[in-house]
Amino acid sequence: MLLHELTQAELAHRLRGDGLGLRSGPFGFRIRSRVPHVFQGLGLLYAASPLLGDADFIDFDLSLDLVPGVRRWLRPQVHFVFDGTTPFEPLPADHAYPLLEWSMNWCISAHVHDSLLLHSAVVERGGLAAILPAPPGSGKSTLCAGLIHRGWRLLSDELGMVSLQDGSVGALVRPVSLKNESLAVVRSYVPDAVFNRVSVGTSKGSVTHMRAPSDHVARMADPARPRWVIFPRYVAGSPPVLTPRSRADSLLELGRNAFNYTVLGRPGFEALANLVTGSDCYDFQYSQLDDAVATFDGLLHRAQP
Amino acid sequence: MTAPRGDLLTPLWRHPRQAPELSVREWELVISQARCARLLSRLAQHGADLGLVDRLPRGAWRHLDSELAVVARQRAAVHWEVDCITRALAHLDTPVVLLKGAAYLMADLPPARGRVFNDIDILVDRRQIDAVESALMAAGWIAHERDAYNQRYYRTWMHELPPLLHVARGSVIDVHHTITPPTSRFAVDGALLLQQVRPLHLGDRVTVLGPLDMVLHSAAHLFGEGEFDHGLRDLLDMDDLLRHFQVTEPEFWPQLLARSQELGLQVPLYHALVQVHRLFGTLPPAPLAAAFQSLQPNAVSRRAMGWALGRALQPIHPACASVETSLARFALYVRSHWLRMPAHLVIRHLARKAWMRWFPPKDPDPTLTV
Repeated sequence: MLLHELTQAELAHRLRGDGLGLRSGPFGFRIRSRVPHVFQGLGLLYAASPLLGDADFIDFDLSLDLVPGVRRWLRPQVHFVFDGTTPFEPLPADHAYPLLEWSMNWCISAHVHDSLLLHSAVVERGGLAAILPAPPGSGKSTLCAGLIHRGWRLLSDELGMVSLQDGSVGALVRPVSLKNESLAVVRSYVPDAVFNRVSVGTSKGSVTHMRAPSDHVARMADPARPRWVIFPRYVAGSPPVLTPRSRADSLLELGRNAFNYTVLGRPGFEALANLVTGSDCYDFQYSQLDDAVATFDGLLHRAQP
Repeated sequence: MTAPRGDLLTPLWRHPRQAPELSVREWELVISQARCARLLSRLAQHGADLGLVDRLPRGAWRHLDSELAVVARQRAAVHWEVDCITRALAHLDTPVVLLKGAAYLMADLPPARGRVFNDIDILVDRRQIDAVESALMAAGWIAHERDAYNQRYYRTWMHELPPLLHVARGSVIDVHHTITPPTSRFAVDGALLLQQVRPLHLGDRVTVLGPLDMVLHSAAHLFGEGEFDHGLRDLLDMDDLLRHFQVTEPEFWPQLLARSQELGLQVPLYHALVQVHRLFGTLPPAPLAAAFQSLQPNAVSRRAMGWALGRALQPIHPACASVETSLARFALYVRSHWLRMPAHLVIRHLARKAWMRWFPPKDPDPTLTV
């Protein structure tokens, strides 16, 4: 059963009661919240996501609610509660939806060590994955948002989950996070995409989330084989420039951008070594999404003659 | 469907054969409670030992397996850290006694299996403690505690220095000169502990407490801290130590009871053994029943502690939360301070702490850290 098959009343009832069980790739989330922005955001962005059945194991049980007390009427705040603890400082109620997405990312990155977790976007085409690791502000999510509407499939815009067993990259297929200038860029590039309301003044500026295409959501169980590691960098007015990058240096940078590389020790190093050995590594500078899509399609064409 | 409630975690140790009958919802609760009680990795090890892996719901093993990765990594890190500490203190005239987590790990004792911990605790000769602090600072550890009042509180009243943080590795070390505060009702002379230490390897300078003292430290620690977020884990450690030493050490039980009297720790040992028995079934052998009962405090204290510990020693988790458990934890918190120092000192300290919480110091004195 998919989320959009619930009526609005059923969705609200689950969020306020025993929780909404939602699947994202290999993970089950149970979400409880009485906050209207959370209800609206989930209904809009996860419409095509599968709901969990009674027999499904739930990995992470989150609740997101108003902080009780006098503040509730003066300057309402929301906080994220996990296992009876509050891992983050409360945020203004207007930031409830982005806080939910960040909390879901945290649940995975702080607890899952049976895979190597890279801080990167991952897209796939023809069974081959491109890993886009990058520090914030490099335009990784913008590039990811553009590619997934031009033939590439979304695995994740934030967490590259590399299996320690077979080296494949898993799919989470959650909404794509966009902020500040990239919002207008993606809106005009993909006019029919669905966006959540914008939360203004968060620690990352103005942020919103874009719904993942429903046929990508339907394929959340399909992993892909890493084929490229591409470090994107948005530079205003630049033509597309693809420069080969050494595997050793790419490994170090991937490790630096990973959530649990230091926890995993040797298995993590071996997973990364295998990953860069089987991939072409590049730096990629761009300013226009059309150029970027053409570059990526060119890479795919050369890999699959 | 109503959500399961109560402590589902400890019965897995007491009655491991019932585990396969848990429902999916109950397994979710077990994992969540284990995470809160910092016992997830212990549960993973326990589950692997009992062959429960195949009986878990699909997807649940990932959480236990993930914690085993953390344990494996920590094992390597602690070996390296102990090596660094040993080299930093090599020129000093004091034994270096590892305590708790690091001791279990380096001496390869049962509680180390699947145990995660944050700090490394060591015990040294009290007369050398200033030299130890200087040597550690020379090797890159700095004061982790920047507040002047807290610094003085540790140095004047506590059995340990303020925590030291390594500038490069971020590891924390607590340097003790004994195992309970000197002002405590259960003050222990550190010199008595040093007489019984055992080297890790023959001729080694790095040592661990003697088996009896290790168990007694575990019992004293359980009630001295006043906070119960580690309570269940500490009690499981103690159960593991008891089951191990009663096999490896000749005359272990009678010696343990006698040693508790030598160190003045018979009351903490009594309360801890009552709880170990209640939760995990371990008891002194029958012929020692009378000697064990002779450790006990008066009836009022016994009943009160039985009630409070029975409630406090549950996972700190919403499914175990009740007014009673909060009350029990508060009572034990007050008791731990009461036992730690005389009333006038406790009141002064708690008043100062409350003041600091309401009016936090804006800019801690940076000179303290250099």
